[in-house]
Amino acid sequence: MSTAWTPAAQPDSFVFDAASEEEIAGVLCKYPEERKASAVMPLLYIVQRQMGRVTGSAWVPVVAMDVVAQRLGMASMRVYEVASFYTMFNTRPIGRYHLQVCTTTPCWLRGSDDVVAACQKATGIQHFGETSADGLFTMTEVECLGACANAPILQVDDDFYEDMDAERTAAVIAELRAGRRPEPGPAINRSVSAPVGGRKTLLPSSTADQK
Amino acid sequence: MVRVIVDGAPVDVPPGSSALQACEAAGKEIPRFCYHERLSVAGNCRMCLVEVARAPKPVASCGFPVSEGMQIFTDTEVVRRARRAVMEFLLINHPLDCPICDQGGECDLQDQAYGYGSGISRYKEDKRAVTDKDLGPLVKTVMTRCIQCTRCVRFSTEVAGTPELGLVSRGENAEITTYVEKALTSELSGNLIDVCPVGALTAKPSAFHARSWEYKKTDSVDVMDALGTNIQVQARGGEVMRIVPRVNDDVNEEWLSDKGRFSIDGLKRKRLDRPWVRVHGKLSAVSWKDALIALARRFDGVPGDKVGAIAGDLCDAESLCAIKDLLQGIGSSNLDCRQDGAWYDTSARSGYLFNSDVSGIDQADALLLVGAMPRHESPVLNARIRKRFVDAGRGGFPIGMIGAPTADMTYDVNVLGHGPDVLADLLSGKNAFAEVLKNAKKPMIIVGHSALTRRDAPAIYAACRELAQTCGALSADWHGLNILHTAASRVGALDLGFLPGPHGCDAASMLRGGVEILWLLGADDVQLERIPPETFVVYLGHHGDAAAKRADIILPGAAYTEKSGTYVNTAGRVQRAFRAVFPPGDAREDWRIIRAFSEVLGHTLPYDTLEQLRAHMAQVNPVFAQTGQGAPRLAGAEGGLASEATAREGELMTTPFRPVIRDYYQTNAISRASQTMAECSKVYGVAPVVAAE
Repeated sequence: MSTAWTPAAQPDSFVFDAASEEEIAGVLCKYPEERKASAVMPLLYIVQRQMGRVTGSAWVPVVAMDVVAQRLGMASMRVYEVASFYTMFNTRPIGRYHLQVCTTTPCWLRGSDDVVAACQKATGIQHFGETSADGLFTMTEVECLGACANAPILQVDDDFYEDMDAERTAAVIAELRAGRRPEPGPAINRSVSAPVGGRKTLLPSSTADQK
Repeated sequence: MVRVIVDGAPVDVPPGSSALQACEAAGKEIPRFCYHERLSVAGNCRMCLVEVARAPKPVASCGFPVSEGMQIFTDTEVVRRARRAVMEFLLINHPLDCPICDQGGECDLQDQAYGYGSGISRYKEDKRAVTDKDLGPLVKTVMTRCIQCTRCVRFSTEVAGTPELGLVSRGENAEITTYVEKALTSELSGNLIDVCPVGALTAKPSAFHARSWEYKKTDSVDVMDALGTNIQVQARGGEVMRIVPRVNDDVNEEWLSDKGRFSIDGLKRKRLDRPWVRVHGKLSAVSWKDALIALARRFDGVPGDKVGAIAGDLCDAESLCAIKDLLQGIGSSNLDCRQDGAWYDTSARSGYLFNSDVSGIDQADALLLVGAMPRHESPVLNARIRKRFVDAGRGGFPIGMIGAPTADMTYDVNVLGHGPDVLADLLSGKNAFAEVLKNAKKPMIIVGHSALTRRDAPAIYAACRELAQTCGALSADWHGLNILHTAASRVGALDLGFLPGPHGCDAASMLRGGVEILWLLGADDVQLERIPPETFVVYLGHHGDAAAKRADIILPGAAYTEKSGTYVNTAGRVQRAFRAVFPPGDAREDWRIIRAFSEVLGHTLPYDTLEQLRAHMAQVNPVFAQTGQGAPRLAGAEGGLASEATAREGELMTTPFRPVIRDYYQTNAISRASQTMAECSKVYGVAPVVAAE
């Protein structure tokens, strides 16, 4: 039984593991008992992380949504609605690493097309939404990640790799392929979103001069 | 009351009303798609835009609360342009397939596009297409037509209590779906077709059969359960094409059960369309004259008290009255309308009625179901219980149940036990639910036929009555002890006194050979195998169902859509149905057949017209004098025609209640003949029998 939304291959069952249960307890204690349905988004995220941890593919199967619905005393349909509404919940299996390339205007102006091309070259993926043949990578197009000062951005799972270009993208993917996670953050010589090459304004010596 | 000014005219509306309600109160028409008076407000179609003084932009009136002195304008240039723009957006992705759409002619989008649209489209791009969904055998989907008003989502969640539909994904990709492919599990799913303002959800069984303007529309009453749902029979060319509900807030609000809506194809199949007489063990077709003469000959020499009649579940009161008069005329008091062997307290009318009325559910604050499964026995009434449950909020309407539910009740029930012994615990206060009933201001007890068709029914009823008394359910202004009937004819028959007389046989003893001639008036659900071979069986009914096979003479009668009839619902409301189509072939209205036969027999009944018969019925029981919408229900009026000793109390047994309806979709001759209903029982299955403990 599959529809346009649900892939044919669904696991038969889903059980929260001990690590997830601990997280759930931490989430549920924030809501009154009769309002626990509010915890649906954190719980779906816990599902997705557990799937990533256990199977290597961080997605939310239908059976897990049913488990969440049961846990929170809500109709399964309401959980399906939430999970399908938000793009950060993957309702289909994805690769081990989720390459999310921002192609919104600032990133695009700063060369996100190169990043996309580099991803395609390094993984063999042709189009957005595809998973590489080796099952390691899924590339998706995302809207503004809110880190425009460091454009273009490549988000891998939860980490931002900033100031990317074709070369650096290939390097990140090569590292990932080798099983290592490179340090997230700016790929060039700058501190977070500070100017390249250090401070340009409000320098200690100039403060007095300007006055 | 809050005074608002709509288009310059002042109007008073209750506080908390929406601007849309104020406009309606002022007699202004506000176009809408997502707003539905019986559902929650979604405010997502934006069609109901109006202008409010000092508001910076048009507001959606359905979700805009009124305030004192508010000025609303419904017909300004701004409003007209806003509606035109909304309509243009709605039509962007709506296909232009009205000529092949079943909703065409009764489509809100069509009508409102005509009334409020701009007449041209500026949209040149490709339209979006959406995959159709399989929602089971009753509801057909053409999802590309959907305008995402979410009425269906809200109906299934709020009214039906089966939250299986949802709006998934977002933006351009948003669509209404069950997500996982499944048939809707509601007995009210047909109402989705009514609430859908476009042709996205239409009736699957009648797809492409007729256009809405071709129907001849006749008001009638549903007989598939005892609620007496007000319906409109829509026929074309002598054939019932469709049944839709009518609005009656005292009975069905505006809902109709799936069995009432979709079993109409059963009216065309397995019909008895000519009289049959069994000659040498084989049935052969004869003329009316021959049939009636043959039957009169058989009556010859049979003493009156050796003739008996059992009435089925779909009979109109007119035919019941006629057959009762006929049998009493020849000296028989062997009458029984309880083919399921139920027991009622017939000492007063309140002994067998749903006394607090269907609308009384809205006021009740605690409920005990005793051997009743309303979801299957009366789905629309069940929706009313759910409505009360939802309105009362968390824990505001505690519901206890004795007997195992055979399906999800659509509201939280506290199953107190499976057998009537729980009643004893409730009476003694041993069961905690007794406290809940006692603390309630208007407690309600619903006794169902799982309880009344048992041997210990009198004891169960007596216990329920005592419980009702002790918990204050029987006061001057509240009668909370209710019987939920399952047969449409039952209350009418009881009102007419269609019960064994002082020395008469009841249904069971008539079946076991207590009579020589047994007249079955549409009674198919009796234990026919018990009838001894020497009993002569007359079957007057409309379907070649179980009883016609056993009959020695078959007199073809009319189904409920084919006769003008009176039906009394479970709450004692007398309602009239009108004839929508003619019976097939030689079949005739039942009471006319009985009247004709009485003349052949030489005991002519004293009425020649329906009016005379109805006047006679009003003499038998004055409740029949008052009919129609808004007629008083005479609840609890002591109009009962007691003919049976009521004090037949015994011990409460411990055996668990058994459900009276195992397969909701096939409970009577019409639904058993319906292919649609057969398909439904295949898809939805049969409720499991509760194992005796």
